[in-house]
Amino acid sequence: MTSRFTSWQIAWGVALSLAVVGFFLKDIAPWAFKYPRDWVFPLRFWISDFVKWLLNDFDLGLFTFKEFTRAISWLIELPYIFVRSLLSDGFREGQGSNAIQVFPRVSWIAVILFVIMIGRYARDWKLAALASGCFTYLAVFGQWDSAMVTLSSIIIAVPLGVVGGIMIGVLGYRSATFKAMIMPVLDLMQTVPVFAYLVPILILFGFGPVSAMIATVIYAMPPMVRITLLALSQVPEEIVEFGRMAGCNTRQLLWKVLIPSAKPALMIGVNQVVMLSLNMVIIASMIGAGGLGFDVLNALKRLRIGEGIEAGLAITLLAIALDRLSQGLANRPPPEHGSEVKNFAGRHPFAIAALGFMSLTWLIGLVLPAFQTYPEGLELTTGTFWGDTVRWLNINYFDQIDGFKNAVLLNFMIPTKRFLLSLPWPVVVGLVAMLGLQLGGWRLALLCGGMAFVIATLGLWPKAMITVYLCGLSVIIAAAIGIPVGIMAALNERFHRVIQVVVDTLQTLPSFVYLMPIVMLFRVGDFSAFIAVIVYAIAPAIRYTDHGIRRVPPHLIEAATQMGCSPWQILWRVRLPIAMPEIMLGINQTIMMALSMLVITALVGTRDLGQEVYIALTKADSGRGLAAGMSVAFIAIIADRLINAWSAKRKAELGLD
Amino acid sequence: MKRNLLLSLGLAGAMALGSLALTSTSVSAGVESNDPIRLTIHDWTGQYVSTHLMGEVLKKAGYNIEYVQADYIAQFAGLETGDLHVAMEMWETTGKQAMEASLATGKTIDLGETGMDAKEDWWYPSYMKDVCPGLPDWKALNDCAELFSTAETAPMGRYLGGPVTWGGFDDERVEALGMDFEVVHAGTDAALFAELESAYQRKAPVLLWIYAPHWAVAKFDGEWVEFPEYTDECYNDPSWGMNKDMAYDCGKPFGWIKKVGWKGGEKKWPGAFKAIRKFHIENDAMSQMIVEIDLEGKDLDAVVTNWMDNNKSTWQAWIK
Repeated sequence: MTSRFTSWQIAWGVALSLAVVGFFLKDIAPWAFKYPRDWVFPLRFWISDFVKWLLNDFDLGLFTFKEFTRAISWLIELPYIFVRSLLSDGFREGQGSNAIQVFPRVSWIAVILFVIMIGRYARDWKLAALASGCFTYLAVFGQWDSAMVTLSSIIIAVPLGVVGGIMIGVLGYRSATFKAMIMPVLDLMQTVPVFAYLVPILILFGFGPVSAMIATVIYAMPPMVRITLLALSQVPEEIVEFGRMAGCNTRQLLWKVLIPSAKPALMIGVNQVVMLSLNMVIIASMIGAGGLGFDVLNALKRLRIGEGIEAGLAITLLAIALDRLSQGLANRPPPEHGSEVKNFAGRHPFAIAALGFMSLTWLIGLVLPAFQTYPEGLELTTGTFWGDTVRWLNINYFDQIDGFKNAVLLNFMIPTKRFLLSLPWPVVVGLVAMLGLQLGGWRLALLCGGMAFVIATLGLWPKAMITVYLCGLSVIIAAAIGIPVGIMAALNERFHRVIQVVVDTLQTLPSFVYLMPIVMLFRVGDFSAFIAVIVYAIAPAIRYTDHGIRRVPPHLIEAATQMGCSPWQILWRVRLPIAMPEIMLGINQTIMMALSMLVITALVGTRDLGQEVYIALTKADSGRGLAAGMSVAFIAIIADRLINAWSAKRKAELGLD
Repeated sequence: MKRNLLLSLGLAGAMALGSLALTSTSVSAGVESNDPIRLTIHDWTGQYVSTHLMGEVLKKAGYNIEYVQADYIAQFAGLETGDLHVAMEMWETTGKQAMEASLATGKTIDLGETGMDAKEDWWYPSYMKDVCPGLPDWKALNDCAELFSTAETAPMGRYLGGPVTWGGFDDERVEALGMDFEVVHAGTDAALFAELESAYQRKAPVLLWIYAPHWAVAKFDGEWVEFPEYTDECYNDPSWGMNKDMAYDCGKPFGWIKKVGWKGGEKKWPGAFKAIRKFHIENDAMSQMIVEIDLEGKDLDAVVTNWMDNNKSTWQAWIK
């Protein structure tokens, strides 16, 4: 063991000194420093041609591919229009501006009453109060109309993502080949920036909310698939045996045995789908979904910071309400045997009550319009408060802020950027491969080195290095802040509760909301992007550390206490080492989040792969976007595989498996 | 089992009712087709106004109008397939390339100019004149370059350009005119104006790209930098102008703002497309409406209605 460790040290020493020597070869081998243009692999043009062919000429015999996708789009649109009419527009006759309303939408009071009822049913009055409080905010702060549009698309997108995810997961559970096939696809779905495939989706599924929903489903579904795979494989063998003994066939075994016993784990997947779908609200609004995302963008374009924050907060509250309600429903204890009521009203008190609320408020609404639509006169607003706060900070503290920014930029960020850009690409590819070899063997080495090499052949090397620099530094800072905060949260219950709210907010508040104030204080450039990425990506670092430390088995702590360890020693010698794999998973997620923020930070003028994807979107160049998007995915996959390999190794060393 | 069936039947019934209500059309007289004409809306106020003006006028003529949100450049894919029908503002300064590529497919048509001129160039707030007295002449900028510099660009001045995708040849201009400036690109115009607002609050030096018609020109007191006047030769012929070896040694062109439409629309709604071709509005009228909406906080529909009330003869001539 010891001798192998030193042999690795020697190997790294040799590799790094070779890298240093490499610097002096700039004149002999200029191609290693700047990837020659002639060597660029024309993948992006091939993709563009392929997409063009797919859209225009691909014929499936009876119908074209585009007709097929348009049919899907129509199928999704039907229930969407129904839900949207119900919640937002009212039922109408005719199209476009000729439409006449035949029946109004569900009134705001009925919706809130219904939410209270679900909350009570799912858990208790406390949950009812929380959820209805969130919805009341929507009405009182004038966000109702947009929120209902957003809610309609969420109501359609979430079940699609959940059901689709479970079905793919089940197929993967049954067939190992299928599982091996979908795993890399899932990686790509989670890491290729949405902007990269937006253009083909728009063309295939048409302009409007359906395309936005499909993009949302693609983005939000992978965790559901992963969790389904995991949850099904974790169902205890005894339960499966019992099902077989009871004479279940494969289908019954799945639906009556496997899925019900995996339900608690599956609900985590549902929660993830809800959260990720709401994450997509802003991007969805860029391609015609409307709703709250549109309000956020629109307010910030006009520098109405307060309005942007109010609309952004509405998204957060909607997410919190939906999340807590779905968790409550999932954790509901099963009904006791024999207590079931037999008549229709008894079995469906909610359907009856909902209909009751709807018709009652509708009738009252005919006389008192306030019952149908929340009166405008009673709406609240924070007005110019937020804008004034930013202005006050800007006028009074700009010099200090600027000084801090310059110090970080000049001493920390710019040197890192220059260093990374000056590295010859073959050396980086070699080092990545070597790291793979050390952590996971030659297959990992081949995968990581190969992906890094492909990025170079696509001619995207400098942009990829800027990406690595920006994300790398942000992740380091996010971890340096997030891990201690997570530790504190794990050790102190009250702090834990406060931090949970903060983390939830950070994950669902659209980053665009704080991006503009950040630009006002830090100007356009890498530093603003850096801050925005840290704010967004810190959440998993906190969450996973907190969770990991809490899960340290109590008997180990007890043993350590009995051996006379001080609390400090317990933290350093027991809790942290044991929680390390989980903390590393958090870092892994932090990297993923940082990479997924790239597209947003492109909006403040970074020059990385995110900007490349964004440019491709505005030029409607699918090949260019997908090539850059794939490079982002490769960086993510390299980081993910290396960290997983390290974490697995570490777990094995600690004997945790 | 039975109750599930009942429930799904009920749901299906309700859905069918909903979709039925949506597909049945009522007939209105005088127009070629009752299918909605889809006008695209983007993310800046001026474009909203022109689109809504056109839409409301067409409604008066009996056409069925639907406003659809679509990306400025990505919309061409929709215009080519007929998913979308009319885009009211395509700026020469930013959208010319995409528009020409789309027209070349033969599936979209140029519906003529809107009458507005797009102005875009380097711009500074008026208070900069006190510290950099030679302005608005561009030559004065070199003497004040240090004033505009930041830690990242020092000793060069910092010029905040528009989003990379919006073109404009600023890097070339800086080189051709030998200016001591570094171009920093803002990713979106939201970021651009956030930075202007911030600098303006502190009366701090700022030099940036601005376009008009836009509310910023009305809200912030400032001026355009005066470069050598634009000519076609300046952009095409390196020997033109003060730098004999490089093009782009001049200011930026005024640009047209055009309307573009789906080719099939011309056949489907000939009357409407004729009206769209006739649409005409001046910069001043447009700027006025933008200011009312963005700075005075008036409701967009109210502003549009107000214009319609005051300019009846103008728009009635379009749909005659």
